Amino acid sequence: MTGSPRLPPAAGAILRGDRRALARAISAIEDGDPSAGPILRALFPRTRGVPVIGFAGPLGVGKSSVINQLVHQLRSIGRSVAIVAVDPSSPFSGGSVLGDRIRFESRADDAGVYFRSMASRGAAGGVAAATREAARLLDAAGFDVVLVETVGSGQVDVAIREIATTRVIVLVPHLGDEVQTLKAGLFEIADVFCVNKSDLPGADLARRDLSELVASGPRDAGWKPRIVTTSTTAPSGIADLWSAIEAHEAYLDSSKSRQDGERHRLAIEIVGLVRDRVGRDLTVRLERDPALRRLLDEVLARKIDPRTAAERLEPLSRRGA
Amino acid sequence: MTKAKAPAKPVPIRVLIAKPGLDGHDRGAKVVARALRDAGMEVIYAGLRQTPEEIVRAALEEDVDLIGLSILSGAHMALIPRVLALLKKNHAGTIPVFAGGIIPDEDARRLRAAGVRAIFGPGASLEEIVTTANALARSAA
Ligand SMILES: Nc1nc2c(ncn2[C@@H]2O[C@H](COP(=O)(O)OP(=O)(O)OP(=O)(O)O)[C@@H](O)[C@H]2O)c(=O)[nH]1
Ligand SMILES: [Mg+2]
Repeated sequence: MTGSPRLPPAAGAILRGDRRALARAISAIEDGDPSAGPILRALFPRTRGVPVIGFAGPLGVGKSSVINQLVHQLRSIGRSVAIVAVDPSSPFSGGSVLGDRIRFESRADDAGVYFRSMASRGAAGGVAAATREAARLLDAAGFDVVLVETVGSGQVDVAIREIATTRVIVLVPHLGDEVQTLKAGLFEIADVFCVNKSDLPGADLARRDLSELVASGPRDAGWKPRIVTTSTTAPSGIADLWSAIEAHEAYLDSSKSRQDGERHRLAIEIVGLVRDRVGRDLTVRLERDPALRRLLDEVLARKIDPRTAAERLEPLSRRGA
Repeated sequence: MTKAKAPAKPVPIRVLIAKPGLDGHDRGAKVVARALRDAGMEVIYAGLRQTPEEIVRAALEEDVDLIGLSILSGAHMALIPRVLALLKKNHAGTIPVFAGGIIPDEDARRLRAAGVRAIFGPGASLEEIVTTANALARSAA
């Protein structure tokens, strides 16, 4: 039913499967364009909470190639799928070369697949916000599964914690220093480990190393991360990868974790939105409002320190409009 | 006309770079992609061996402001007009298309007549390409 009279035209078009309208709405989200708000508001009730599978891992381990194979797998079992692939923006020019699409092979007329490249445009938190809202539009547009590929490794990838229902960490044989990266943040967010390039020597060893890590891991009961080995050059293990992901999704449903997880992610999102709004507003006022400028002057003159200024600013921000 | 009304930072131009046809390497296309990135654009790099259908699909899914095609052989004389026709068919005929490569004058003339907005030979400087790409994207927005 798309007949609500209040629905913005773009939202109606997205519900009818208009890919161009979808693509433009995602741009509006990325650009911070005000037209995104009404579309998101109208479509939120239409989201079903489809699985959002996050793929993270070091540079060049084969994340995009694995996703490409998984898309074939999903299409072969009749699931539609949308992919959001995030690459970093250059801190110097603000530009970006978004290259994940190179690995994407799909019939050009297959309406059951949608691929979108995104630049991180600065802060990690920002990627999370735009990716999350894009995933929501893709959900409302009717895709059965959303796959998200995130940049690089380490800290930035932790952003998928705030978006994905299942997180896949992709690695390659000969983990070496990568094990340190894992310990530094990726490890505790992994629901599934995917040891890719298993056509290269050392995959079994890597699998064993990971099993030990998993066994000694800090995880509390419930879900024990699965380990699968894949290759995309001589495709193998992709069905296993999907089974592991599905098993985790089933676990979420059986354990109430899905709802708890969603509540937690929504809380983070809502607080983040408030922080952004208040922050933007306060920054402007601090620089323009005469009373608040005086506060800044005091800090500049070293009469008070920034923390004290923040304490004074907070109640002022509530009183103002 | 600019894309957004005076945001803190200008919205980056999104450009698709692709190489239609079966032959060749993509070194030139990569150099151009990096130059456009260094000029602040978001470059969706689709790589080699793209069919016109795949190129147009990528352009629509990625909501690009501009399309750059790298051409090396005569086969592209058929492929590029096909890209333009498919864009029109999808109500996206306003997305400007530029091309680069080794293109005889006569072919360049025909491509321009078909709607290609700018053509760069091997002698074109990156600066020239970036300036033109900027102008094309801004004019279409
Ligand atoms: N031998 C082997 N090579 C692979 C496999 N999967 C991917 N590759 C190669 O690894 C390289 C990187 O693959 P991508 O899929 O682009 O890796 P990625 O992790 O998405 O890379 P970034 O997005 O740049 O971090 C390419 O040259 C692939 O051909 C595999 O299973 N075996
Ligand atoms: Mg990739």
